[in-house]
Amino acid sequence: MGRVTSDPVCLYVTCSARRWQLPAQTSSATLRLNRRMLSLKRDKKEEEDGGANPFNNLEKSTVLQEARTFNETPINPRKCGYILTKVLYIINQGESLGTTEATEAFFAMTKLFQSKDPILRRLVYLGIKEMSKIAQDVIIVTSSLMKDMTGKEDQFRGPAIRALCSVTDHSMLQSIERYMKQAIVDKVPGVSSAALVSALHLGKGSHEVIKRWVNEAQEAVNSDNVMVQFHALGLLYHIRKSDKLAVNKLVSKFSKHTLKSPYAYCLLIRIAAKLIEEEDAGSDSPMFDFIESCLRHKSEMVIYEAAHAIVQLKNTTAKDLAPAVSVLQLFCSSPKPTLRFAAVRTLNKVAIKHPAAVTACNLDLENLITDVNRSIATLAITTLLKTGNESSVDRLMKQISTFMSEISDEFKIVVVQAIRSLCSKFPRKHNVLMTFLSQMLRDEGGFDYKKEIVDCIIATIEENAEAKEAGLAHLCEFIEDCEHTVLATKILHLLGREGPRTPTPSKYIRFIYNRVILENAAVRAAAVSAIAKFGAHCDDLLNSCVVLLERCQLDSDDEVRDRATFFVNVLKQQQKALSSAYILNGLQVSVVGLERALHQYTLEPSETPFDMKSVPLATQPITEQRVRDVPGELPSSKPAQDKVAATRQDVYQEQLAQVPELANLGPLFKSSSPVEVTESETEYYVQCIKHTFSNYIVFQFDCTNTLNDQLLEKVTVEMEPAEGFEVTKYVPCASLPYNKPGTTYTLVKLPSEPTQVTGTFACTLKFVVKDCDPQTGEPDEEGYSDEYVLEDVEVNVADHVQKVMKPNFAASWEEVGPENELEDTYALSSMSTIEEAIKNIIQYMGLQPCERSDKVGEGKSSHTLYLAGVFRGGHDALVRAKLALDTSGVTMQLTVRSTDPSVSEILATAVA
Amino acid sequence: MGGLLSYFSGLFGSKERRILILGLDGAGKTTILYRLQVGEVVTTIPTIGFNVETVTYKNLKFQVWDLGGQTSIRPYWRCYYSNTDAIIYVVDSMDRDRIGISKQELVSMLEEDELKKAVLVVLANKQDIEGSMSALEVANALGLSALKTRKYQIFKTSAIKGEGLDEAMEWLSNTLLQAK
Repeated sequence: MGRVTSDPVCLYVTCSARRWQLPAQTSSATLRLNRRMLSLKRDKKEEEDGGANPFNNLEKSTVLQEARTFNETPINPRKCGYILTKVLYIINQGESLGTTEATEAFFAMTKLFQSKDPILRRLVYLGIKEMSKIAQDVIIVTSSLMKDMTGKEDQFRGPAIRALCSVTDHSMLQSIERYMKQAIVDKVPGVSSAALVSALHLGKGSHEVIKRWVNEAQEAVNSDNVMVQFHALGLLYHIRKSDKLAVNKLVSKFSKHTLKSPYAYCLLIRIAAKLIEEEDAGSDSPMFDFIESCLRHKSEMVIYEAAHAIVQLKNTTAKDLAPAVSVLQLFCSSPKPTLRFAAVRTLNKVAIKHPAAVTACNLDLENLITDVNRSIATLAITTLLKTGNESSVDRLMKQISTFMSEISDEFKIVVVQAIRSLCSKFPRKHNVLMTFLSQMLRDEGGFDYKKEIVDCIIATIEENAEAKEAGLAHLCEFIEDCEHTVLATKILHLLGREGPRTPTPSKYIRFIYNRVILENAAVRAAAVSAIAKFGAHCDDLLNSCVVLLERCQLDSDDEVRDRATFFVNVLKQQQKALSSAYILNGLQVSVVGLERALHQYTLEPSETPFDMKSVPLATQPITEQRVRDVPGELPSSKPAQDKVAATRQDVYQEQLAQVPELANLGPLFKSSSPVEVTESETEYYVQCIKHTFSNYIVFQFDCTNTLNDQLLEKVTVEMEPAEGFEVTKYVPCASLPYNKPGTTYTLVKLPSEPTQVTGTFACTLKFVVKDCDPQTGEPDEEGYSDEYVLEDVEVNVADHVQKVMKPNFAASWEEVGPENELEDTYALSSMSTIEEAIKNIIQYMGLQPCERSDKVGEGKSSHTLYLAGVFRGGHDALVRAKLALDTSGVTMQLTVRSTDPSVSEILATAVA
Repeated sequence: MGGLLSYFSGLFGSKERRILILGLDGAGKTTILYRLQVGEVVTTIPTIGFNVETVTYKNLKFQVWDLGGQTSIRPYWRCYYSNTDAIIYVVDSMDRDRIGISKQELVSMLEEDELKKAVLVVLANKQDIEGSMSALEVANALGLSALKTRKYQIFKTSAIKGEGLDEAMEWLSNTLLQAK
């Protein structure tokens, strides 16, 4: 007993002693102190400078109180203007006004319309725009603004139009439509531009009304004013953008008819580039010819835009690129810094995709390394890093380190990204690069910058085993003085995962335990989890870790205490399987799914305990669909919404639950990714998604009717089931109009024989056709039945398997045990490399590679692949594949362990 | 000092008086406003919100607020009541159906504290159309006789022809000057 306690105490004493003795630690502590003093000083300085900005330290309630002055008569324009400026200032500083207070201030502001003072009036317009979205009943200013927009004062008209459009909602739009149309064709450029741009804004909600203004926009395009022409073209495009043919016409029309405005040209180039991208066209497209011709335009802006568009295109040959690159090369030596910046930035972006083209500019880029503008220099160096060879890395890194402290975070991030790509390109250079990164970590910098560095180090650790120790050491040092909780917890998690498997795990514990003593609750909790992982993984550290965790049970925070208590109890059992399941593996189920299942369970209380296996497993989150940038599109004002880890599968589960015929199938086990069962350019376009349940498979067919003269009804997909499978239900799609996707489901019961899981299904699309008028979509009364043959759908082993990561494969392997073990040897003669074999095995089995065993060391002729997953019905499935390369191909010794004998059998024969 | 200044400006008649033009939609409020300001008939559309103009009549400056009369806008009238010297209440003399509603709006408006001291001018407008209600009929329909404490007067007007407005403004200026 005495030994058990003395050990960890020693550890703790030494580590806490070392923390204060080691020079590195002390220096970082003083650094932190210094920084605090510096920031204190800065605060004080700001206080002293406060006199410079009269709007400093404004208080919302005071300002709104002052705004009541607007109600007094007569109006004092100077005073009211000053107060209104204050109101605008606090709103723009991010102060949020409540609806009531905003409405009160807004109505007070409307009183200012009695003053004719031009400065005050224009401030009122600004005020209206700022408050139009927070105050109520803002339409009260409509008549006054309409008067101003049609009045004699030109300087009021444009701003009045903008303010008016901000208070007008869809239902009110028609009442101002006539005036907007007049304003668009007004001879005063400012008025016309204001109306055009406001129309663009309105187009977001009221596209139908804006469409009717196309004639006026058409007229405005012919304006002599460069801005009016640009804005009019933007509106025209916006009106037509959903109609590809019309956009095509638009571009070809204006590319011939010479536009005056270089801005309009730039927009036209963007539209053309987007068309090329959408049509997947190459340089033979007439659009490409147009963009290419713009390289010879007289305006630099247009030339740059064209070159930028060409190098960003997907399907380009070296020949297509050459003229664009030579333009950029020319710009690199321009006396104008903006042009140099634009050129080098563009080259930087495409350096990875077109290294050959960019290398042609190397000489010019070398000259830019010493550019007085640091942003240009940074981009030049990072471009060279991206395209350069291994030998130039050291020189460039040295060069860049001379001015790292002088550039902004944004460009430091560019440097980090360049280093990241270098790390994967030249793994042998990890030493130089890691040292550089750790130096950067120590420097001042914002969260995004630090996060980028940490991500880069983590990525390098994962890709390159040799960099692991050094990388972990740098990260350990970083968390000693890390002000970002998110980064600290992320690193602690990484340490918990990677640390135990290093040769000397004990050295990380000191860093982790220091966090428990010094940091906030979130970091302490993460540190506790990390320590527990060391205990679960390393037998010789178990006792020490338990003692450390027991100390954490006295923590002031609930979460930290709970975690510590839980881990101590699990670890004290000293059972490998238990530790592996509850400490190392973590939560495997989808959080959203778990929440739903628990909610369901509380609604229908039952005697049986809650079964974790009824919860769908976590899958990869849906990659957030990015809204593609539309040229000329106004930046959307909606803030990016953070979805709470709803995965693709959670979405499907929800969708399927909506279909009454498919209720009661139990929890969704797995959804496949969509497979096309038609060619994409055919009459009907169909995708199939397979949803696996415990005893059923639901085939979801997403169909699109691409014929505008047909309406399809009662659409089903008839399936010829493979042996043993049985089609039990069709859920038809009632109606499938032109270009509106619809979904039909086919429910198939799985064979009762547990080892029979695969099969091929012949599919036919059956439906009733009604011909209809392509313009109105009005269908005929009578229809006739028709069918359309689809490609076969395969059900394979992977559809029954869900990937699950087992961080400690060996422990899980022992946990399942040899009871249902099957072993076989295969000759994979069609595979020529181990990498290829690994890729195919993973694809066939649908299992998750563990211990990063899907990566093969260079030049190795043998390798062991570890795969883990869960089979339908919740049976753990583990696979060990020993692969060896010989002259006839790859030989594989496959060992399968599972909690269910038939699962072992299915997996063992999957590769055959 | 401020008090003294306003006393002088009051003496010279340059202080702006605040007038509200109210009434149901389509009564002719906006037409009356611009008739008073520019002396012409302008084409108008239903007022969504308000129009505010400065009108000069015989050396007196009026700041005239014409508030929209549509049902949806009437609730906002009260936002503009404070510091009002006079109300011009316009009635469509042809609109016999809605004269009751017009009365209700008038009565509830006059109950407001902020308008306690305001002078009331009722304009029985659209007298140019044949068959319109007479001033007396309008006065009865609005129940003006029930007004005990308030200074008020009713005039028959035609904003289109410009008749009756002068008399109304004359009475209003005199009344406001006396009130000082």
